[in-house]
Amino acid sequence: MSENVILQVNNLKTYFDVTKGLFAPKQIVKAVDDVTFDVKEGETFGLVGESGCGKTTLGRTIVKLYEPAGGSITFEGKDVSKIKGADLKAFRKDMQMIFQDPYASLNPRMTVGEIIKEPMIIHNIYDTDEQREERAVELLKIVGLKPDHIRRYPAEFSGGQRQRIGIARSLAVNPKFIVCDEPISALDASIQAQVVNLLKTIQKEMNISYLFIAHDLSMVKYISDRIGVMYLGHIVELGPSNDVYHRPLHPYTSALLSAIPIPDPDQAKARNRIVLEGEVPSPINPPAGCPFCTRCPKATERCHTERPQPIEVGTRTVSCHLYEK
Amino acid sequence: MALVEIRDLYTEFKTDQGIVKAVRGVSLDVNQGEALGIVGESGSGKSQTMYSLIGLLADNGYVAGGTFKFDGEDITPSSFPNERAYVEAMRKLRGDKMAMIFQDPMTFLNPVLKIGTQLVEPLLNHTDMTKAQARERALELMRLVGIPEAEKRIEQYPFEFSGGMRQRIVIAIALANNPKLVIADEPTTALDVTIQAQVLELIDELKKNTNSAIIMITHDLGVVAKLCDRIAIMYGGEIVEIGTDKEIFYEPKHPYTMGLINCISNPEDDSKEDLKPIPGSPPDLLDPPKGCPFVERCEKAMRVCKDFPPEVTTFSKTHQCSCWLTDERAKYNE
Repeated sequence: MSENVILQVNNLKTYFDVTKGLFAPKQIVKAVDDVTFDVKEGETFGLVGESGCGKTTLGRTIVKLYEPAGGSITFEGKDVSKIKGADLKAFRKDMQMIFQDPYASLNPRMTVGEIIKEPMIIHNIYDTDEQREERAVELLKIVGLKPDHIRRYPAEFSGGQRQRIGIARSLAVNPKFIVCDEPISALDASIQAQVVNLLKTIQKEMNISYLFIAHDLSMVKYISDRIGVMYLGHIVELGPSNDVYHRPLHPYTSALLSAIPIPDPDQAKARNRIVLEGEVPSPINPPAGCPFCTRCPKATERCHTERPQPIEVGTRTVSCHLYEK
Repeated sequence: MALVEIRDLYTEFKTDQGIVKAVRGVSLDVNQGEALGIVGESGSGKSQTMYSLIGLLADNGYVAGGTFKFDGEDITPSSFPNERAYVEAMRKLRGDKMAMIFQDPMTFLNPVLKIGTQLVEPLLNHTDMTKAQARERALELMRLVGIPEAEKRIEQYPFEFSGGMRQRIVIAIALANNPKLVIADEPTTALDVTIQAQVLELIDELKKNTNSAIIMITHDLGVVAKLCDRIAIMYGGEIVEIGTDKEIFYEPKHPYTMGLINCISNPEDDSKEDLKPIPGSPPDLLDPPKGCPFVERCEKAMRVCKDFPPEVTTFSKTHQCSCWLTDERAKYNE
């Protein structure tokens, strides 16, 4: 991991118009609202949060599956938030994605070879089909599948093996950055570890940066160098994964961490959870102040009216009035 | 006497590819007031074992062998004079003495019926309560599972509730008639962590306050560590190891149990050492292995493991494991 920033996201906003009917009042879902963070070369940046917090939308905005409503995405020094045409195509080669559902993300009518070779054809990486075939076989070996799997169809593989095919496909164009959107949550525990270890090995050998999106906090902590905790479209806390885990600053981070089930009976039974009251507010009508103020056990008058700005506390960035001097 | 006694259960499914032997010789006791966790990967037979017990197998599934006893009664399908008598008897038990909490509350709740209607249904069907009494009890149950403004909420439909609230309703329905046995099939898998914590907390409280036995079917070792007194590990349609929570987590004997514990990350541990995944994938139960189901993935597999099914070795009154490694006789065989 180097100190060179490969991806810089500044004040990124992704909004969806969910207005129903012609004359109805305008309704906007602020799925990602004012998010700032960076990812360094060869680093794994973990993004955690509960469903609906905007983590997947953020990932998809970064790979440009959604248009941002504001803010900038700088990839290798170039602002990519507005690029089109040939520039966009070049960007797509460097930035790949691994999807959550290995059953929905592979075309059932294409063989594994065709699936892996398709991005090479699109990006004109090799001149002949022999070269592509050779590379596809090599990629299959890297992800732990056998060369003769190349003629088979996705239906013949298990969930874990399909996820390996998805990884091989994303590696086909030699990307510099991969957005992994819940790549292991559809897999069984014993298979999850296989895939996570594979991702780590690939990163070591090819120096790829990951944005690792997941709701499974223990896995995210294990794989990530730094973690961003999202709540209602905002990153409320960001810092090195061990620091965030052991000394959470934001009250939401503390609550989220105390909710992780610990796979150890003595620790699990002795542990006191901070059980949060209520549920996440609707992103159509978020609280005026801090997004977490409706559930926060430490909320004050100020939290309900004034939105906290990110402040630096040691190695961490946290958006909470409690830490302002 | 145990509340539930399952002896030598075999459950099979007819499919186009052949007969899937989903459960292969499972024996299990569950005592009054205890929480038993059944842990296994998808396809290990953990859910089908329980569905066989309560008579909710899919149409192509059937119990091919074994016996069940529940609360002293024989409820083995073949012990009834005909299919109809069995279905009728099970219908009387379910929702009364035994209840079920499913993974996805939205497929369990009827979307076009009010919550109140669904809550009083088990009460009206299984007791002599009047509608007014049943409604009172329904409100009491809603308060018990922590639903605020019960009087207002009882008139609402499932879509007006969030995921966590719906799961609370499902739990309330399960508890309606003070069941002796509650089977929870992945009750928190569809929920977010903070909501999962709320629901687990609730189940833990209910466990302490009622004398119901709880069977928790899950793939999440974190969930069983928090809630369960005893844990059964299933693999390839068999129970490979069973013991108290401490025996399973701190003194696992079966290589699969050890593998499971090693391949999940404990967030309390800061080392970034590689997780030790279990290589390979689970056996195909269309054609189950002759010997130990885990033999293909086991690092310590011996010659005997491939051809002969291991027998049960007992380590303590509560701790048993089916593995040749713990069997004295295997040593002479090598």
